[in-house]
Amino acid sequence: MTVEHDNSSAKFAEYAAPGRLVTTEWLAANLDAPGLVVVESDEDVLLYETGHIPGAVKVDWHTELNDPVVRDYVDGKGFAELLSRKGISRDDTVVIYGDKNNWWAAYALWVFSLFGHEDVRLVDGGRDKWIAEGREITTEKTVRPATEYPVVERDDSVLRAYKDDVLAFIGQGPLIDVRSPEEYSGERTHMPAYPDESSLRGGHIPTAKSVPWSRAVAEDGGFKTRAELEEIYQDGAGLKAGDDVIAYCRIGERSSLTWFVLQHLLGFENVRNYDGSWTEWGSAVRVPIVTGTEPGSL
Amino acid sequence: MTDAPLPARRAGAGEEFRALPEEDRLERLRGYSSELPPVPEHLAGNVDMYERVAECQSPVFINVEVTDGVVAMHATAPPEAPTTRGFASILVQGLTGLTADEVLAIPGDYPQTIGLTKSVSPLRIAGMTGMLVRAQRQVAEKR
Repeated sequence: MTVEHDNSSAKFAEYAAPGRLVTTEWLAANLDAPGLVVVESDEDVLLYETGHIPGAVKVDWHTELNDPVVRDYVDGKGFAELLSRKGISRDDTVVIYGDKNNWWAAYALWVFSLFGHEDVRLVDGGRDKWIAEGREITTEKTVRPATEYPVVERDDSVLRAYKDDVLAFIGQGPLIDVRSPEEYSGERTHMPAYPDESSLRGGHIPTAKSVPWSRAVAEDGGFKTRAELEEIYQDGAGLKAGDDVIAYCRIGERSSLTWFVLQHLLGFENVRNYDGSWTEWGSAVRVPIVTGTEPGSL
Repeated sequence: MTDAPLPARRAGAGEEFRALPEEDRLERLRGYSSELPPVPEHLAGNVDMYERVAECQSPVFINVEVTDGVVAMHATAPPEAPTTRGFASILVQGLTGLTADEVLAIPGDYPQTIGLTKSVSPLRIAGMTGMLVRAQRQVAEKR
């Protein structure tokens, strides 16, 4: 059962897929809608427990969506077990929100999309906006009856890029590097104030344009308008309608947000997230790297 | 010297977490988070006294005092970063009262040995390692 879309926002109406976003107001009014499940996905693993949107379940990217051994996501069986345990059905509308401008919420949405979960949406502005508006949060444990989510094999071919895909893509289509300017130039190998995740080299993938993820976010924590986004990605970074695009960052979380913007808000039809990102590229043997502020060439 | 790799008090948090079933460990970490003691008056409001731990995922500031060879660690972290607060609290409670030598003898991989890596993820536990390294460096400088 698909829950009706949030048609209340003039800003959303301009986006390519307005149904992929909901406002905090809409969510507050639809918390009890049959067929709707709210999911919180955060950077901080304890934040959900300190208070969450009433009825929301927690899905943790690090500990639940990843395979515990191989650097990969869970497989179809693992995803089915996880979603069954969380009480989510294949035809439920899943609305995701999180901390840090929805990085991990967007990452979770992207992983749900790899499994073809059809109706999955983000809360514009995320957890911070909900709380800033003084909306209800609770520490009450959410209990949802278990479901029988079907085993659906993950399809990496459409939304996910592997290292070799990226290597072959250089010079064929636009790459977007969404990290900070210092990471792009190679001055540092990791995000300011974040753990050094051991990339052996600094810099960026040849030809990649630098468009830090944060440029897509407005002052209220929600996404910028379509016109503003077009100015950044089309006029600024030179993306053209019909382009295939690959976005990357450090481990794929910030680029999930950019993937969401390009795919669902601007309507690029073939956008892939390179989740191996710099922690793979910056340590891989003999892959080309460019340092400095220019995109460079192969 | 004893055979114990860590002073008895340091071993505490690890033994405590490992004794719990995996699903209860996050709740205990949350307990630690709420137990992070307020910083003493002579340090409160004096941000210059604190060192920001760059490895941590959220802003956390630490200060270590060494008085007559005994360590007192203080830390602040915002309420919207409960995991970071929990990590800080484990270290503040564990390190305070130890001698400088005992603190410096804590192995760098201590955060990976306390039974939390699976519950919080290796990426996140790296934040606690950053905090420990900073605290040890301050002890070495101030002893």
